[in-house]
Amino acid sequence: MPAEIYLNVAISGLLTGLVYGLMALGLSVIFGVVRVVNFAHGEMMTVAMYVAVVLFAQLGLDPLLMMLPIAALLFAVGYAMQMALINPFIARPEHSQFMLMVAVAIILVNGLLIVFGPDAQTVQTSYAFDSFAVGPVIVDATKLYAGLAAILVAAALFAFFQFAPLGKAIRACADNYTGALVVGLDVKRLYALSFGLGAACVGAAGAIIVLIVDVTPPLGPAYTLLAFIIVITGGLGSMPGALLGGILIGLTEAMAGLFFTPSAKSMFAFAILVLVLLFRPQGIMGKRLT
Amino acid sequence: MLTVENLEVSYGDVRAVDGVSLEVAEGAIVAIVGANGAGKTTLIRTIAGMLRPARGRITLRGADITGLPSHRVCNLGVGQVAEGRQVFPSLTVLENLEMGAMLPRARNDQARNLDRVFMLFPKLAERAGQAAGTLSGGEQQMLAIGRCLMGKPDLVMFDEPSLGLAPTIVQAMLQTIRDLNREGLTCVLVEQNVAVSLKLASRAYVLENGRVTLSGTGEELLADDRVRQAYLGM
Repeated sequence: MPAEIYLNVAISGLLTGLVYGLMALGLSVIFGVVRVVNFAHGEMMTVAMYVAVVLFAQLGLDPLLMMLPIAALLFAVGYAMQMALINPFIARPEHSQFMLMVAVAIILVNGLLIVFGPDAQTVQTSYAFDSFAVGPVIVDATKLYAGLAAILVAAALFAFFQFAPLGKAIRACADNYTGALVVGLDVKRLYALSFGLGAACVGAAGAIIVLIVDVTPPLGPAYTLLAFIIVITGGLGSMPGALLGGILIGLTEAMAGLFFTPSAKSMFAFAILVLVLLFRPQGIMGKRLT
Repeated sequence: MLTVENLEVSYGDVRAVDGVSLEVAEGAIVAIVGANGAGKTTLIRTIAGMLRPARGRITLRGADITGLPSHRVCNLGVGQVAEGRQVFPSLTVLENLEMGAMLPRARNDQARNLDRVFMLFPKLAERAGQAAGTLSGGEQQMLAIGRCLMGKPDLVMFDEPSLGLAPTIVQAMLQTIRDLNREGLTCVLVEQNVAVSLKLASRAYVLENGRVTLSGTGEELLADDRVRQAYLGM
């Protein structure tokens, strides 16, 4: 095989990995602030994917243009879910939170099956087969747009947490819950905002990834698992870690597809997870637990 | 200004506050003294809206605030300098102070209040960009007080502000509380340091096993034999 192939596949994996990273970023934000593990994360992602597919099929709207509206929709869903469902569970034991989120996940998967059936749905954009040649390297246009869109959304989120007063307030909640109550932050609303932002990441990632992947309802649980692998690899609670983990897993999957067979890609993603757990249990960018 | 009537607070089956009544007059320093586990922190946190009472009434300037969530109580001008300081360790000093000013009542005066806090604690201005977790205990206490003042409170409840601090810093801290009171801030002071807090207080309550067992002016309690024996070791 010519050397360019490796580079092509690596770049393709990296770009896909950025979208994975955006998805995992949502999981990381939710866990980091609300301390609830969103076991319905991938399922919410498939909901966003189906919304993008329907908008494209019925109205001809490009998923990349619909990325922000879909993110806004998922934000609203996440906000409402936290306010109505999850806030009452915050003080309960972890296993009942787990049951709640698994229930949500199962309802979502089966709801999608009822509405859309089990067959794969796809989006065929006009630029689906475009590509750019950079020297000897050929970059798939769709994946390039997808990767750039993911970077854009992630950067906006980082800026929000760094500079916006509400973003700082969310970090304060994550930092010291009692302290947040003491200074009079409205913690329940900030939790809802965090879950909404996490869901918005998934909404954006879902809208982007339909350009690359065909959607079926069972993709939900697979993405939930993938998001976990990425977040644990990158470091639980670290936002840059989630992005880095996404890139790493995206690269690994792509290279595994090239060297072995595409169906072996999950095996290599899990191998990375096992290696990280063995040698750096807190994740690549995670802080060591004391 | 603040009235507490027959307040009862329980953790499961354990009653931590058992029928406490007290009154805080506008402009006063009111001391609450008592041993560990007497229910002082529970009392403060219930007034602040962080815990729900099983029974009783809390009124602020005549309005019932019993059971209001903490962010609403804070926005009515009841601030708290909590036990253990409760700063945000990974946020910078400046960000910590900004968090105190998130209340609707204080949002528009953030710049002026920040100047005031930096004037009161120049050390915080020096360390504005530093993560709060890297500050010394005394500096963190300054930050906790400064953060509370950013919310423009009319009444501040200080929960063990001298705990774990060096004696010279304790003196400075208590002096700061006295100065703030002279500028018009109503203070509730919960302190292990009974002698000093009784000297500072215009009114004081002794809390034992969740009940008020003694109350009076600070001077009366300082002269009381039971207080002298139990808390002053005389």
